Order: sequence, then structure tokens, then C-alpha cells
Amino acid sequence: MEKMPKWADVVLIPLISLLLAAILSALVILAIGENPVEAVNLMVTGALGSTYGWGYTLYYATNFMFTGLAVAVAFHARLFNIGGEGQAMLGGLGVAMVCLYVDWPHWSIALLAACAASMLFGAAWAAIPAYLQAKRGSHIVITTIMFNFIAAAFLNYMLVNIMRPQGSQDPATARFPETVHLPTFQSMFSTADNVLFRGAPANITFFIALLACVAVWALIWRTRLGYEIRAYGHSETGAVYAGISPVRITIVAMLISGALAGLMAINNVMGEAERLVLNSTEGAGFIGIAVALMGRSHPFGVFLAALLFGFLYQGGAELALWASIPRELIVVIQALVILFTGALDNMVRMPLEKLFMALRKESA
Amino acid sequence: MSDLWGLSWPRTNYNKREYEMTLMKSLMGAAAAIALTAGAAMAEPALIFDLGGKFDKSFNEAAHNGASRWAEETGGSYREIEIQSEAQREQALRRFAEAGANPIITMGFGMADPLSAVAGDYPDTKFVAVDVNWLDIPNIRQIGFAEHEGSYLVGMMAAMASESGTVGFIGGMDIPLIRHFGCGYAQGAKAVNPEIEVVANMTGTTPAAWNDPVKGSELTKAQISQGADVIYAAAGGTGVGVLQTAADEGILSIGVDSNQNHLHPGKVLTSMLKRVDVAVYDAMKAGDGLETGVFQMGLAEEGVGYALDDNNAPLVSDDMKGAVDKARQDIIDGNISVVSYYENDSCPALQF
Repeated sequence: MEKMPKWADVVLIPLISLLLAAILSALVILAIGENPVEAVNLMVTGALGSTYGWGYTLYYATNFMFTGLAVAVAFHARLFNIGGEGQAMLGGLGVAMVCLYVDWPHWSIALLAACAASMLFGAAWAAIPAYLQAKRGSHIVITTIMFNFIAAAFLNYMLVNIMRPQGSQDPATARFPETVHLPTFQSMFSTADNVLFRGAPANITFFIALLACVAVWALIWRTRLGYEIRAYGHSETGAVYAGISPVRITIVAMLISGALAGLMAINNVMGEAERLVLNSTEGAGFIGIAVALMGRSHPFGVFLAALLFGFLYQGGAELALWASIPRELIVVIQALVILFTGALDNMVRMPLEKLFMALRKESA
Repeated sequence: MSDLWGLSWPRTNYNKREYEMTLMKSLMGAAAAIALTAGAAMAEPALIFDLGGKFDKSFNEAAHNGASRWAEETGGSYREIEIQSEAQREQALRRFAEAGANPIITMGFGMADPLSAVAGDYPDTKFVAVDVNWLDIPNIRQIGFAEHEGSYLVGMMAAMASESGTVGFIGGMDIPLIRHFGCGYAQGAKAVNPEIEVVANMTGTTPAAWNDPVKGSELTKAQISQGADVIYAAAGGTGVGVLQTAADEGILSIGVDSNQNHLHPGKVLTSMLKRVDVAVYDAMKAGDGLETGVFQMGLAEEGVGYALDDNNAPLVSDDMKGAVDKARQDIIDGNISVVSYYENDSCPALQF
């Protein structure tokens, strides 16, 4: 028998965790002598109060959806892919090469090519740790995290020595040509006398992220491969008994995971910056872990968690712009959310389960 | 820290002096005071710190010091933000420009590209870009520092102070700006002693490299084991670890950006000064009347130089001082030319 209804597991636990995180954050804000109500107000209006705020919130959320999905797919095979950061960096390199070195007639064709390149580069970067895990037993957590540093060093080398335009002292590529600029929400939704999403970086990639959510859902729950991935994740010995090859599943799951992480680059590199900078991923790969944890590795959960983190990022930026709350505190608030939703799950779950058990006994 | 967090809303830096001034103004007459504060509010400058953050003990902190000095002296107030992500560069520029801030001062080469996208949309706003000098936009004051010339001088001093014939260089990340520092340093050292060995290391490949004193300490020990007895750190907060370990191990170190001689008196040979604080102070002081264009701050403009104070006076012999001052004059006069790494993206004295 289930210990508590499914809705409680999916909705109630994250909600209570969030509430606890919010209360603690409010206490911290109080402790430094600021008004938490005003701070929350500023965050909410700044992130959700205008199409401009939404434009930033959705931009960040798009990044986190890709990296969250990447981590989630690997989770289903019980592989902990911490290398989303490096895979997204390499994805960015792929996007930059496609956009800079090929003359595209139209952005839509360039977008398809950039998607393919980013997935290819991301997957390639995940392939080596996957192979080492599958064939040599090198722990994927260690190898993927080391590969993040190798990716950073590689990107640094490429940008400083090869792709940097002559005369610029900024270690970044040149701007991509006008033809490969993706349509932003501003150009998609604004009318002549009503400008929406002004200057915000959200772009068409958001819809690709939604498609990716649906595709991952279909893959994990509606295909044979997804079944194999889940079976392998639940029990390796059981999977082997059923004729599922651990080597194949490990490598395939990591390739998909790396491809999804790499795909993030079409949002931040092609959509927002329109060039490749050294610090393009800025931690989105790691936030993806929190997003996947919070979203219970389900694409819809990942979508909601990515929105929440997008809100925290944009709200935090507004807080930094207009309030005197130091940016370190904004990191504290983000960390509290991760701590409560990811790491302290049982703290909320256990009392809640007891409560539901008690209620059930009474009604029985 | 109360002065840091006890700020009013929205973020504006007031201080005691301004408070006293406002008091005085209200005594002098409310109408005059309103006119004065209204004028000040229209031209409130804004300062955008780079990702390293305001208190990085180095580049950004120098800007903070310059801005605080301006606020203290004039009683003015300014807006500021420490950006946290790449997407916020353009966001902060636009938000400040739309809020009427003028001039808007930005830190670091990373702002060059966002500025080139934004500056044209706000032709009446003046922007200041520190560490950028390659844009062609009329309403930007671009300030480039001749770090290679200052580094050349401290490189000469390092070579003269070295007994082992090996000197060290520890950079933050392997980017053109840091190679530019290292290249000037190596040229200066080789000008004194052509046989000298220059050991160069970079701290890391991620932005964390700018604030990793432990790694700085490890690299210092590694360079000491290779024979280095003077080490120059151009690595932001990481340099704190370099200077500390050099002092602990009994060798000399060279600070960067700000005067860091006081950190370990008698153990820091000198510091390569990069007067970001002066650049920010001057820009804020000029306010609306700020001159735009490209400004090169070299030895002649005293934008860069070496630090000499009570803390390092015993380490700098008269010979050393004479030679360095002569070289300084020769560089200004054009008799010595220090090759900039930027010219051909290569360095004659050091391989990276």
C-alpha cells in the first residue's frame, strides 16, 4: 500500500520544502536589517511582473530545462552526470563553429545545424566518461567532473589562441552574422504599438526546450529504450537477466544526456550572446542537478523546477540592481531552495507520511 | 559592515558627509537644496563591477575605492551593481541608462561587446569602459592601461633583486590581458639580465582562478622549487596567497593593481600600480562633461607605475631605484620600447 497519495508526493512535499526555504531566507534577510516583504515583492515584480521580467526568467529557465533534462535522463539509468557544465561548453563550441564558419541563408536552417552540432559535441564530451564507466568501471561522478575542467581548459585554448578575432583583447569569438540571429520573444510577440519582452534574451529556443521535455517523456516512458534505461537504473542484475546490456545502456544514456546538455548552447550562445564567451555556461550545468532532483527526474517536474530557478535568477538580479542586498545573499537564498528541495527531502517526507498514515487509520 | 548593508532604497551610497551637507543645505534654504539635489539626481553616475565582485582585493576593488573617494569628497551618490551572469551585462547597462544614470562606468574587457550593442541606443548617456580601447563608438570613454610598461619596471626590479637568476610570474587565467602583464615583466627582467630565467604559470581555466589563494600558494612553492626567488602575481585575489607564501618562505614577491606592499612589510619588493581608482574617480568627477574617446594610461600619464613606500624602502637600493627611474623616463621619451603582447599576439621574451 502507498504510504501517502501521489498528489502529496508530487505537489505537497516540494511546496512545503519551498515554504521552509522561503521562511529561512526571510529570516536571513531580516538578520541583515532588510525588509523581507519588500525583497520578495521586488523579486516577484522583477521576475514575473512584466513581459520584460518574464523574458529573462524564461531565458534562464530554458537553460535549466536542458541541463535538468540531461541530468534526469542519466538519473533514470542511475548514472550521476555532473558533467553538464562541460558538455554545454563543448556544445557552445559546436554552435559557434556552425554559426561562424558556414554561410547560412536563413536562421531556421542554421538553427537545425546548430542543434545537431551542439548535440554532437555535447554527446561526444559525455562519450568518453561513459566509455570509461561502462568498460573500465571508472566512476562517472569523478570522470564527468574532471571533464568539466578539461572542457574549460580546452575552450580557453580555443578562444584565446584560435577563435579570437585579431585585435580584440576579449577571449571570445566574433559576433555571429546577422542571418543566424534567432528570433527573440520581442520580435515574435510584439506588435508595432505594443512592444513586449523588450530587450529580454528569451528566444525561440524556449519552444525547443518544451519539445525536448516532451521528447524525453516519450523516450523514458513510451519506448523500448526508455524501458531498458529504467530497468537498468532500478536493478543492474535484473536488467542483465532480462538481456539488457549494461555497457550499451550506460553509453546510450550518457550520450543522450550529453546531447541534451550540449543543446543548451543554442539558447545561451546562439540566442542570447550571439557569440561564444569564455564563461558562457556559468554554472547552468550544476543548477541542472538541483533542477532534476527537485523535478523528481520527470520532464514536467524539470519544467516547473527550471521555471522556479529562472525566477530565482532573474528575481535575484533585480534584487541586486535595486536593493542593497549583497549578491552573496542571493546565492544563499538559491542554496536554501536547493538544500530543502534536493537534500532534505526526507525531513519533510517522513513527518508527512506519518501524518497520512495516522489520518488513514482514523478513517478506517 | 554596517556601512555596506545599511544603505537606503534603492541602492544608493550616501555617507555622513553628504548627510551633513544636506543638513547645511536645509539650513541655507529649502528651495536651494531641492534645486541642488535634483541636479545631483539627474547626473547620478553608475558603476558596474565585473564578475569578480566588488571586494576582489584587486581590479574591482580599486574601482570601488575610486568611487568611494569621489562620494566622500563631493558628497555625491552613485548606483552600483555586481553582476552575476553574462546576460546581466547588457541588462544592467540598459536598466541604468533608462534610469537616467550618467556616466555609466563599466569594468573589464567583457563589457566591450555588450557596450557596442547598447551604447548606440542611448546617445545622450556617456559610458566609461575600463580595460577596453578597441571600440569605435562616440559616447564611450575607453580607458586602456599600459600594463606592459608598469610590468616592465617591476620586472627590472625583480631581476636586480634576484640572486638565483630565476624569477617567477603567476597569472590568473590564460587570457590575452594576463599574457600582456607577463610579457612586459619578462622583457624588463631580460633587459637587466639577458640570461635570467622567467618561470610563468597560470592559476586555472575557470573564473575561480581569480580568487584561489590556496592554488596561488601551491604555485609559489612550485616556482620556489624551480629556483625562483622573486615572484610577481597578476591574479586578483589569488595573489594574496602568492604574497603570503613568498613571505613565509623568505623570498620576495611583487603585488599588482593596488599598492600591496603593506600586506607583508619588508617582504613585498614592490607593487605594479594600475590606477583604476584614479580613472573611476576622474570619470565620476567629470560627470556630464566627461570627455569621450580612447585614453591610454601609461607611465607618462601615471596610469601605471611601481610602488615605493616605507614598507619596501629597505628592499629598494639606490642603484635599483636609479635604474628603474631612468628606464621609466626612457620609455616615456621613446628610447626604450616595450613590446605589447596585443600587437602581434605574441611575446618576444616569454612563451605562453
